[in-house]
Amino acid sequence: MKRFFESVKQYPSAVVGLLLVLLLVVISIYTIITIPYDQAIREWRGGDDVRADVPRTARPIYFNWFSAQDLPPTLVFDTADPVAGVEKSVVELGNLWDINMVIEFDYEYDDFPKELQVILTSQFEDKAPFITLTWYQPDGTQIKLADIVARPRENFRFQDEKLRRTLQGVPPEIALFSVTETEPRQVQKGTYELHIDAIVFEEDADVDARLISFGQVHGIAGTDHRRRDLSLALLWGAPIALAFGLLAALGTTITTMFIAAVGVWFGGWVDEVIQRITEINMLLPFLPILIMIGIFYSRSIWAMLGAVIALSIFGAAIKSYRAIFLQVKESSYIEAARSYGAGNWRIINRYLIPRIIPVLIPGLVSSIPAFVFLEASLAVLGLGDPILPTWGKVINDAQVNGALFNANYYWILQPAVLLMITGLGFAMIGFALDRIFNPKLREV
Amino acid sequence: MAETPINLEQTGVASPTTKTRPKTLLRLARYTGLKVVALLAAVTIGLYLTIWIANMGGYVDEIMRGQIRESVSIAVSMDPEMRTLSLPERRERIDEQVRLAEERLGLDQPFVTRSFRFLGNAMSLNLGRSQHLTSDTGSRQVRTIILERLPPTLVLMTTANFLLFILSIIFALFLSRNYGTILDKMTIGLSPLSSAPPWFYGIFLLLIFAAILGVLPFGGMVVAPPPRETGAYILSVGRHLILPVAAWLISGFFASVYGWRTYFLIFSMEDYVELARAKGLSSRDIERRYILRPTLPNIITQFALMLIGLWQGAIITETIFNWPGLGRMIYSAIQSFDTPVIVGSTVIFAYLLAITVFLLDFIYALVDPRVRVGSGGAKS
Repeated sequence: MKRFFESVKQYPSAVVGLLLVLLLVVISIYTIITIPYDQAIREWRGGDDVRADVPRTARPIYFNWFSAQDLPPTLVFDTADPVAGVEKSVVELGNLWDINMVIEFDYEYDDFPKELQVILTSQFEDKAPFITLTWYQPDGTQIKLADIVARPRENFRFQDEKLRRTLQGVPPEIALFSVTETEPRQVQKGTYELHIDAIVFEEDADVDARLISFGQVHGIAGTDHRRRDLSLALLWGAPIALAFGLLAALGTTITTMFIAAVGVWFGGWVDEVIQRITEINMLLPFLPILIMIGIFYSRSIWAMLGAVIALSIFGAAIKSYRAIFLQVKESSYIEAARSYGAGNWRIINRYLIPRIIPVLIPGLVSSIPAFVFLEASLAVLGLGDPILPTWGKVINDAQVNGALFNANYYWILQPAVLLMITGLGFAMIGFALDRIFNPKLREV
Repeated sequence: MAETPINLEQTGVASPTTKTRPKTLLRLARYTGLKVVALLAAVTIGLYLTIWIANMGGYVDEIMRGQIRESVSIAVSMDPEMRTLSLPERRERIDEQVRLAEERLGLDQPFVTRSFRFLGNAMSLNLGRSQHLTSDTGSRQVRTIILERLPPTLVLMTTANFLLFILSIIFALFLSRNYGTILDKMTIGLSPLSSAPPWFYGIFLLLIFAAILGVLPFGGMVVAPPPRETGAYILSVGRHLILPVAAWLISGFFASVYGWRTYFLIFSMEDYVELARAKGLSSRDIERRYILRPTLPNIITQFALMLIGLWQGAIITETIFNWPGLGRMIYSAIQSFDTPVIVGSTVIFAYLLAITVFLLDFIYALVDPRVRVGSGGAKS
């Protein structure tokens, strides 16, 4: 074992590969512990209630580090949860009450928010509060946003017809944050104020406002078209990719090896049948069959895994294992084992199979990337698992929603880089193992 | 793309004993016959399995029955004449029309019976008519559809594969001449890059050249509308070819070069190569006569497998680049449960593969004097 690690050290690429794989394993374990499966699925599949404060297709936060522009993150202010700059006061006016709410915040970013939204929550018995929203820009310009007779939960998206006329058709998130009448619109930096004036007609009535300025950047990995934080999918993609790659590689190599060993040992019709099945299998169109299974039967990743293994059991690898087993079969130690009365299965399991391990292990490790990419390939064709978030599915979403066309490069690049890391990591290790286990290759 | 040569177990090293000609011919005929039977059996079983999978074991029939009933019901309910009829009469009319439509499509027979008829038709290359897909000219003949999609795939896949094949062999020969140099080590170091499929690099290339630089198109085969002059048309196709071919090359090149290089190196360490060098033969002669010659069977195998690999196109690469080839046809056929098209493309692939495997045995015997067709098995 020690000698093995010594020889691994001679290959820098193997060390790098090991580190990459180790990194992935650590990420996977961290992900599974911190974001349990049920929570991940809920957050990934849930509706707007799960991710009310998340913008659509926002770039990752680190984008600001590389860009000369300072893009706005998501800003959330809630009068029910006052922070500095958020005030709320109540004035009694006879039998009505005036709830005054002011949200004051600094806006020093170089670009406009993605969207604006005010969520008004009102508690009242039967007389609905009357709410006036007013916007104050740093230069003192005052823009009346809306007069609203509130429902218990009012979602004001700045899409009012009157407001649109006031803003002359300029999208509100741009008009409200820029100097009017200048073209092109530039961000007006400084302190903004949103005044929410609510007249309530009952003593116990209350109104709270929540202003959300959706950012151009959000979270460490950005978000997608359905307001989902991509970091969740990227993190959960790691254990799924590893599990799929490892299980598929193990499943196919071990069964293939076992079948080859059985065929060689028993020979005769057993061998003949195995050979013929292998030939038939070679004629079957692999990818189209997988696509058919995905479309007709089930897109579950585990069903795919089963199909991949089933289609690869009688794969081309049988022929190369067979060639090696044929040589081993003639060795004298097998003869010896037979002469002391070892049974067929004992010989296969204890004498034949161990001899092939040096060829098997590099092949197994090198085949992992192929399976990881196979899963991604199926996802890119729209056959990703319907429930689990995977890297391939993120790429597919990005592709379908024109990420390249709309310059949302982060959306495609992040999962692609992760796939590349996984593929390279295993390929580098497999490559070095191949040379360690097969000294013949080491010379050339 | 597999670099391991397929092990043709029936080819073996002939014994030095001389045999009489008729005996050889007889043995050859017997061997050929057995081989043809075995391959035909394999094609039949493989096809039959594909037919079952492509029909979901008969479930596609249920889907089609449902579609027929729905469209007939709609047609009947939209027909003003039918409105005057009473409900039972109308229902009777619907049942009658459904029965006729099912009979027309052969759905009145059980799937098992039909599956054997499908098999017979497919084996005799009677590809029939598609269920949903049509060719651009409006034809429903599977043959026409396939023939229409064949040229784009051939253009893309032959360009990509020929370039990959020839470039990697030339470069591998060059490296085997200069092995141990920095270039050699770099190529070895880069070979793990081939673990990613072409579409993966395609995304990166699209990002750089189409999205950021905007110098090359996002996909498709020609600009829309297609240019009228032949020269402009070819230029436009060429521009659209660059990215998919580049993606194919990046994905395949390094592993392919590494494989060939190692293979050539093993052969160039043989004693007779040393001897040739000692004799003072030029390295060009040595390469041609002593290295390329013995590796010829393997080169031919790889080449033949590459040729038949062209047939299926590249489903995902064609999807990513929106290339109107066979791969995309198969994909859209699967999506619309169009089993005749799926089975049609599979049967042609199966035949091509079987013929190639069959021919390879003889080509081996032609290029390698040590190999004799049908001489026992290589059970060493």
